[in-house]
Amino acid sequence: MTQLTLNVNGSAKALELEPDMPLLYALRNHLGLNGAKYGCGLGQCGACTVMVDGQPVFSCVTPCAGLEGKQVRTVESLGSAERPGPLQQAFIDKQAAQCGYCIAGMLMRAQALLEQNPHPDEQTIRQHMAVNLCRCGTHLRIIEAISLVAGHTGSAA
Amino acid sequence: MKSRRLWTGVAALALMGATGAAMLMWRPAIAPIERPQRFDAAQVQRGARVVEAGDCAVCHTRPGGQYLAGGLPLVTPFGTLYSTNITPDPQTGIGSWSLPAFERAMREGISRDGHFLYPAFPYVHYRRMTDADIADAYAYLMSGPAVDSPAQQNHMNFPMNIRPLVSFWNLLFLHGDVLTPAAQQPSAWNRGRYLVDGPGHCAGCHSPLNLIGAEQSGEYLAGGSVDGWDAPSLLGMARRANPWRQDQLVRYLRAEVVEGHGTAAGPMLPVSLGLARLPISDAQAIAEYLLSLQSVATVKEIHADATNVAATDQSPGALLFTSSCAGCHASAAPMRVIDGRPALAHTSALQSPSARNFLKTVLEGIPAIPGEPGPVMPPFAASLDNQQLTALASYLRQQATPGQPWTDLSSTIEAMRQEAK
Repeated sequence: MTQLTLNVNGSAKALELEPDMPLLYALRNHLGLNGAKYGCGLGQCGACTVMVDGQPVFSCVTPCAGLEGKQVRTVESLGSAERPGPLQQAFIDKQAAQCGYCIAGMLMRAQALLEQNPHPDEQTIRQHMAVNLCRCGTHLRIIEAISLVAGHTGSAA
Repeated sequence: MKSRRLWTGVAALALMGATGAAMLMWRPAIAPIERPQRFDAAQVQRGARVVEAGDCAVCHTRPGGQYLAGGLPLVTPFGTLYSTNITPDPQTGIGSWSLPAFERAMREGISRDGHFLYPAFPYVHYRRMTDADIADAYAYLMSGPAVDSPAQQNHMNFPMNIRPLVSFWNLLFLHGDVLTPAAQQPSAWNRGRYLVDGPGHCAGCHSPLNLIGAEQSGEYLAGGSVDGWDAPSLLGMARRANPWRQDQLVRYLRAEVVEGHGTAAGPMLPVSLGLARLPISDAQAIAEYLLSLQSVATVKEIHADATNVAATDQSPGALLFTSSCAGCHASAAPMRVIDGRPALAHTSALQSPSARNFLKTVLEGIPAIPGEPGPVMPPFAASLDNQQLTALASYLRQQATPGQPWTDLSSTIEAMRQEAK
């Protein structure tokens, strides 16, 4: 076991973890942050996406060791069910979730884009979001929701 | 009297020099034509293959852009160039180019209007193509849809922003005639050499470049670099410690995952996807030619059996492998068992004397290409810090080639992070 201090959603958490534990497990099993989901465990689907120092990462293949001193942000930092953040509200308005399993990852990848580029065009959104997969097929609504926050309606039907 | 004669001589020499330089740096325009409308269908079909073998679309199509409409930035040590529109649009493409104008561009690097093209356009290789192939490529390009897409402004540094200076570069490096088959070699070998040296322009990346961006003579296919990737030497591939067999190389060239070597990534990925669209005989011919090339230098690579990650191995590199890589690359991972993917220790990236391709692949991953099959790997640039990358690379290198560690890992990783900015 190793002692680690992770900074998650703005607060420092002292943890005792297996030295090879990926971030996703620490978030879900040790910190009770169940927003990020386990999808494939291979960094191929994006359900586990969180932000590390402003960059979207697949938390299922990101080791906890090495994250000390970095800012980890999960979907829980964007808002709550009672008070959803602007991006979350847009996902609700556009009914972007069907089963919802991919949505936490989608939100965090989109959030990372919007913080770097508040007004991305649709092509940029599509390119940026391409690595996160949705089995229900709500990609077009997800793109619409992000476009809404980006300040244009988006042409996706 | 004497001094006057001297001055006349100097003036005459200066005039001759100036005239010579002007002749060297000036090329006439070739008259524009109406876009030709009709080409023989079989010729157009042959031309499609030539254009694919020449990798024209790899540079002349930008991501998300229209096919062959240009606009891809090419970052060179001399500034940034943008590829141009080679669709038959009369204003912004090559729609008003006659076949002689096209052939002059392909063989001498001169645009229809007489301006010098930069040697990033591989006319030093295309000049070795047959007349028939060039005419076929012309027919194919002129038959495609015209796209209105004006050339973007290049950002070349002084003095390379002065195009006529390319004439001096040409004087030094523009040579080589149309390739003719070597009588003593089989036809597949000849076809392979033609594809490699002509349209395929492999040496453009796989040979080291000199200070002014020309392939170094005497270092043909001895390895170079492109976009931060190591373009490995293509010499002595059959006799390395981790040798290439013909069938392996054919599959690699066609974008497959190959046991014992891995798969094409980085700038080689679009090249191999293009080769996969050509008849398999072309990749077979290239493999036959390349495997016949001998290495001058002795390659010191040592083949090692893949060792599984021992459960007791608590080294930082081994722990990182377990948390970040094992899901796909451990010997029991489904991808390995079901898909038959090679052990990392066997990949050319880990066997190479340079750590670059391994590090590049880990940092950037292998992106999915819409509509193409092929392996996908996530990027780890934001998931692993430099210390972790160093530990992971050292650990995997030790497994691949025991006793031959990469020595410059930290500085290479630091440099690559800077390049990515």
